[in-house]
Amino acid sequence: MDKQNKIQELDEVVIRFSGDSGDGMQLIGTLFANASALLGNGVSTFPDYPSEIRAPQGTVGGVSGFQVHLGSKKVNTPGDYCDVLVAMNPAALKANAKWVKKGGMIIADADQFNEKGYTRAGYKTLDAVSELKLEDFKVIASPITTLTKESLKESGLDNKSIVRSKNMFALGMIYYIFDHPLNFTESYYEVKFKKKPQIIEANKKTLRDGFNYAANIHAIPNTYKVKAASPSKKGRYRTINGNTATAWGLIAASEKSGLPLFCGSYPITPATDILVELAKRKDLGVKTLQAEDEIAGICTAIGASYAGNFAVTTTSGPGLSLKSEALGLAVMTELPLVVIDVQRGGPSTGLPTKTEQSDLMQALWGRNGEAPMIVIAASTPSNCFDYAFMAGKLTMEHMTPVLLLSDGYIANGSQPWCIPSMSEFPEIKPPIVPEHTEGYMPYARDDEKLARGWAFPGKKGIAHRVGGLEKDFLKGSISYEATNHERMVKVRAEKVKRVQNFIPEQEVVGDAEGDLLVIGWGGTYGHLFDAVSEMRKEGKKVSLCHFNYINPLPKNTHDILKKFKKIVVCELNLGQFANYLRTNFDEFHYYQYNKIQGLPFTVVELVDKFNQILEGK
Amino acid sequence: MAENYLNYTPKDFKSDQEVRWCPGCGDHAILSAVEKALPEVSKELKYELERYVFVSGIGCSSRFPYYVNTFGFHGIHGRASAIATGVKVANPLLSVWQVTGDGDALAIGGNHFIHAVRRNIDINILLFNNQIYGLTKGQYSPTSPLGAITKTSPYGTVEHPFRPGELVIGAQGKFFARSLDVDVKLTSEILLEAAKHDGTSVVEILQNCVIFNDGAHSNITDREFREDRTIVLRHGEKMVFGKNRDKGLILNGLSLKVVKIGEGGFTMDDILVHDATNPNPGVHMMLANMQYPEFPVALGVIRNVKDSTYDDNVRDQVLKVMNTTKIKNMDDLLNSGETWEVK
Repeated sequence: MDKQNKIQELDEVVIRFSGDSGDGMQLIGTLFANASALLGNGVSTFPDYPSEIRAPQGTVGGVSGFQVHLGSKKVNTPGDYCDVLVAMNPAALKANAKWVKKGGMIIADADQFNEKGYTRAGYKTLDAVSELKLEDFKVIASPITTLTKESLKESGLDNKSIVRSKNMFALGMIYYIFDHPLNFTESYYEVKFKKKPQIIEANKKTLRDGFNYAANIHAIPNTYKVKAASPSKKGRYRTINGNTATAWGLIAASEKSGLPLFCGSYPITPATDILVELAKRKDLGVKTLQAEDEIAGICTAIGASYAGNFAVTTTSGPGLSLKSEALGLAVMTELPLVVIDVQRGGPSTGLPTKTEQSDLMQALWGRNGEAPMIVIAASTPSNCFDYAFMAGKLTMEHMTPVLLLSDGYIANGSQPWCIPSMSEFPEIKPPIVPEHTEGYMPYARDDEKLARGWAFPGKKGIAHRVGGLEKDFLKGSISYEATNHERMVKVRAEKVKRVQNFIPEQEVVGDAEGDLLVIGWGGTYGHLFDAVSEMRKEGKKVSLCHFNYINPLPKNTHDILKKFKKIVVCELNLGQFANYLRTNFDEFHYYQYNKIQGLPFTVVELVDKFNQILEGK
Repeated sequence: MAENYLNYTPKDFKSDQEVRWCPGCGDHAILSAVEKALPEVSKELKYELERYVFVSGIGCSSRFPYYVNTFGFHGIHGRASAIATGVKVANPLLSVWQVTGDGDALAIGGNHFIHAVRRNIDINILLFNNQIYGLTKGQYSPTSPLGAITKTSPYGTVEHPFRPGELVIGAQGKFFARSLDVDVKLTSEILLEAAKHDGTSVVEILQNCVIFNDGAHSNITDREFREDRTIVLRHGEKMVFGKNRDKGLILNGLSLKVVKIGEGGFTMDDILVHDATNPNPGVHMMLANMQYPEFPVALGVIRNVKDSTYDDNVRDQVLKVMNTTKIKNMDDLLNSGETWEVK
């Protein structure tokens, strides 16, 4: 494996793997990202895949992509455009050519660029390079399928299994180009296929042959090295994606509260993996109930909460719609409950596998009656852990449901994460009612938080009834009394508002005053941060105010907003948070930047937009 | 110290809330039967009062939890089975009772109802069947007979009703019983059996709505002919009924048949013996589906079969995994799998 070419050092590089949805692109993307993280690179990933498990082969609609951004420092986004594109067929090339930087490298499986492949992908000609205007790109067309067959002809595997290994051949080529060692991935095979030595050997051989092939062909002018990152924080690291981090944050809250975790849920893209992870965690005592529908998911959770478990339900937009009535029940019974909405493109079934931030209004207001809820949003894959933990702390200590918003982008995206110690996290102290409480009143509240007590069935001397009908202010028995109802509506609202006293103040990235305040919330953090940082390097007076606490807003929000000449609210919807801010602070003018394409922002488009606003265009 | 569970009386289970059902409503009698049954259940199963949780949905019957002096949860329409399931999984030591009606359980809550039954979660479901929507004032329900004239079917319904027993057994139900609101003694006897059964116990109680569907069951419940038009099944006993105990059920080919003992050559030896514990649902299904006038309506415990319960299975699996894992706490999990050190 002599290096005949020179190694060029880069600060960062973006690679996009693309192929048919059955070609294993998500797998090799993940393997490459993990190997890079283990080498100490900053890594951010973005899977982009269709909702069909196997869309018609070779069509543009069936293309599955996985983008990996490596940096010698921490990286905040998966990158706008890629330096290297792997395209396993003509459809993948057609769908992704627009994402390759001018002059970038394209590695294509030449075997698939035949008449059938071109036709299925809807080309007009049989020449991708001129049809897609790729003359200025470095296109490396290699017969990857043929080479994989050759590589495995003596493996004893059937033809179908052999052809399926072509993704590993492509991965081997990428490992050569980026000067990555193969050992991390080889040990992955050994664990994954422990009982199938034949598959381990086949994968290893294909990977190595791909590596050697890339070294031998001389078509690759340079190989690249992205130096290891020097993270600011020392410690033990792991790779984590948003959904796993969410699941773990919930378990952490369960551990700190001393109450068992119960998750009642129904599978729905892109939230399913939280349930999948929790189902594995019986080792930590987690109870998961895969319910018959979304409504049963939340209602079993409400029952479990009444009985004294830390209860959660996980879903995405359409499921949240189904849970609306039960959310009101949780508000009314004043029981702890965490509801996680991993947002996807809507309305209706919409774009199940694509990201969007369009459930905000539903989260804030989507219930009958005056039914306020605490709403918080995670903003990176790894801080899903922190906000899931915080959701648990707030719901159990304040005795009212919490809605945690995530989205398809951070849920599936992954990044290296400095592993925290549970000793760094605060205690969670729910107001559990002791047995035989003298004069127990189910709706008596503490003065500070207005939280009622949590009285578990099975405990002596505190038997009581709760339900969805309006409650007497103290006794909790049914009350139709007019002024009591108004009092209860107001106290439920005040209870949520007082959460302001228990959450951190809002922070600003950059100066506390300036020409433009960029506002975002949730999963757009990485792109907004990079865009604002880039402009600040150019000397522009731009700052970022990115929200995680949405209802209630942090106390100092107004003070931040008033110190800037202009404000722009950036969201992956038509302006829901902008309108929420208008409702709360109507004296400011809010510019908006909205994108509704099922895709994250790009840093380039954000910088363009911000410059236009600064220049008064 | 004397154990409370030995000494409860019906009064201990009465709450301080004013009972607001209509005068003459069948629900009053069912409440009496529950108050009568719970001290017996406590004695037999050693349950202290605080172990009981009554869960309901929406409808007249669903006001029930407010009237029982135990823990109670008045949920939302149709969702009681799901809420009760959550309560039981969260704390399997609780004795969970769901009170529901034909609309709540079989229309809006049909899905949750059949899945609770399928899972065999250890809860007791009291299904008050009055064949009408009472709280919304008289619309037809999924158990209203074909052609029933109601507010929303002024020319008669055009849909076939559910038979709750058939639905329960079809959903692999392990316990199904039927009683009459007016027969407090039989109801409380059945409730004790339901409580003793591990798994989902469904007790259908034919209940009279005095305002919107008065007399819906009177052709079988009226005292003068109740014994001739119903049969009370008891495990291990002959299927005999009638004022004079002279009628019985036999198996004729693949169907049940009513015969008169001592006539047509039939003797007591020909009469079927009720086996509620037979896992084969064939005869139970036929018994549950018997309708007057061709047959007497079956009362008592029709099916009572042992099987593993959902809550036990959940608990056992969690304990098994916890006992074998190396991951004992959150810090272990955080540091499991592939990690690397940055110095």
